Amino acid sequence: MSNPIILELKNVTVYVNRHTAEEIKILNNVNLIVRKNDFITLLGSNGAGKSTLFNVIAGNLAIDEGQILIDGKDISHLSEEKRTKFISRVFQDPKLGTAPRMTVAENLLLATKRGERRGLHLRQLNQHMEDFKKITATMPNKLSERLKTPTGNLSGGQRQALSFLMATIKKPDILLLDEHTAALDPKTSAELMEATQKRVTEDHLTAMMITHHLTDAVKYGNRLIVMKDGQITQDLNANEKAQANIEELKIY
Amino acid sequence: MNLITSAIGQGLLWGLLGIGLFLTFRILDFPDMTVEGTFPLGAAVSVTAIAHGVNPLLATLLAFGAGMIAGLITGLLYTKGRIPILLAGILVMTACYSINLRIMGTSNVSLLGKQTLFSTKFLTSLPKFFDSVFLGMLIIIVVVALLALFLQTDLGQSFIATGDNEKMAKSLGINTDQMKNMGLMVSNGLIAVSGALIAQSDGYSDVNMGIGIIVIGLASIIIGEVVFGELTMNQRLIAVVCGSIIYRFVLLLVLKAGFGTNDLNLISSLVLALCLMLPTLRNKFQLNRIVERGTAIPSKERNENE
Repeated sequence: MSNPIILELKNVTVYVNRHTAEEIKILNNVNLIVRKNDFITLLGSNGAGKSTLFNVIAGNLAIDEGQILIDGKDISHLSEEKRTKFISRVFQDPKLGTAPRMTVAENLLLATKRGERRGLHLRQLNQHMEDFKKITATMPNKLSERLKTPTGNLSGGQRQALSFLMATIKKPDILLLDEHTAALDPKTSAELMEATQKRVTEDHLTAMMITHHLTDAVKYGNRLIVMKDGQITQDLNANEKAQANIEELKIY
Repeated sequence: MNLITSAIGQGLLWGLLGIGLFLTFRILDFPDMTVEGTFPLGAAVSVTAIAHGVNPLLATLLAFGAGMIAGLITGLLYTKGRIPILLAGILVMTACYSINLRIMGTSNVSLLGKQTLFSTKFLTSLPKFFDSVFLGMLIIIVVVALLALFLQTDLGQSFIATGDNEKMAKSLGINTDQMKNMGLMVSNGLIAVSGALIAQSDGYSDVNMGIGIIVIGLASIIIGEVVFGELTMNQRLIAVVCGSIIYRFVLLLVLKAGFGTNDLNLISSLVLALCLMLPTLRNKFQLNRIVERGTAIPSKERNENE
C-alpha cells in the first residue's frame, strides 16, 4: 500500500545561459514523486542541483521545461508567494529565516498566516502568547524564554529553531529543509535534528531535507536521494537505505 | 518666545516629512529620492488648487493623492521595472520638476489673500505662531495614531517584515512588491501633505522648494534616534517628530549665530553627516556610555545573553 502523491516533478529541466555556447542544464530531466509522509534526505556534492531542485519546487527559480504538480494541480507557473500556501522552507543561513528587528512572538505570528491574505485586522499578539509559549517549549535552547526578544539578538541555534518552528507552525503540504543545521555547532545541530525528526513524525509532515552529513542522511527519513550533475542518480527506499553502506554513498 | 513657538510649529509641520520618510528609509530600509519631487508636488498641487478657489482641506487631500501617485510610479519602476530604487526615485523626482512647473504654470505661485488651512477663524484667533503648532499637532496626532494602529495589523506586520527580511517575508507568502508599493505610496502621500502644509504656512509655493528635502527628513529621523535611543516602533514615530522639532531649533541657533538662510542646506548636510557618523565616532573615542543610538542592539538584551 502506498500513500497518495503530494508532489510530482515531471521531466523538469532548468538551463543557465540557454541558447549560448556555455549552455548548462543545472537540472536535467528530473522526475520525482513524493508521497504523503515521506521524509526524504537529499545528498549530493556542491553543484549537483539539490538547492536548485528546492528553488524550483519553492518557486523562486522558473523551470524551462517540464511540470511541477502539487496534489495533482499544476503549479509550474504559480508565483513563489502563492506556493507558500503549500510549501514552507527553512534556509541554511540563520539570518534568512527570521526578521531580526521583530520579536520571536511577532515572527511566529507572521508564520501562522503563511500563504494567507493579510488584511487590516489587528494582529492580536497577546491572544497567541500561550500557544507560542507551548510550541517554543518543544525546542531546545530555551527559546520559550525569549518570546519578546528581537530575533537579531538570538543565537544562531535559537534562530534556526525558530525558523523551523515558523516553517511548521502552520502545517505545510511539503516542508523543505535546506541544510538547516549546517551552520550550527555539532551539539546544537544534533539537538535541532532530533527536534526535527520528532516534529516531522508527530505532525505527519512530508519533508525533504538537504544534508551533507552522511550519517544524518542515513539515520533520518524513509527515503534517500542522491543527485549528481542535475540528475537524480539514486533513489533508495527505507529498506535499501538501511542496507546502504556509508562508504558506498561517499562516492556521490 | 515667538521664535521658539515658531520653531515648534514648523517642526510639527515638517515632522510629517520625517514620518513619511521613516516608512521607507527605516521600515522598508531603502532611501527614496522621490521625496525631493513629491514635497514640492504637494505644494504645487495644493497651492494651485487653492488659487483656483478649491477648499484648502480638499486641496491638501489632493496633494496627498498626487504624492501617492508619484510614489506608486517609483514603486512600479522599482518592483516591476527592476530599476534600482535610488535611480527610480531620481527619475520620478526629476520628472516631478517638470510636472510641478506644468501644474503651477510658473516657478512661483503666491497665496496672498487666499483662504488656506491657516485662515480658519479658530486658528487666526490664536496668538501668533500658535496656529501652526495647533494644526501641526492635530495632524501629527491623527497621522501617528493611524500609522501606529496600521503597523499593529496583519498587513502592517507584513509591511514591517518586508523591510526587515524580504526573503523570509516572501517565504511566508507576503507579496513584498505590493508592500513596497504601498509603503512608497503612503510615504510620498504624507510627504506631499507636508509640502502642502509648509506652502500654505509660508504663503507660496516654489518649484525649487524640494531641493535638499531628503536631508531634512533624514535629519529628523536620525536626530530622533540619536537623542532618544532604543524605542518601540510607536515611540520611534514620535521620536521622528521630536527630531524634526529639535532640528528646527538647531536651525534657529545657526541663524542666530549669524549664518544666512542661503547657508541652511550646507548646515543641514553637516548636521546629518555628523549624526550619521556618530556611531563610528563613538566607537573610536569610546563614548559608548555617553551617547546611546537608536538603531543599535539594546544593551540590556545583550547583557542577558552573556
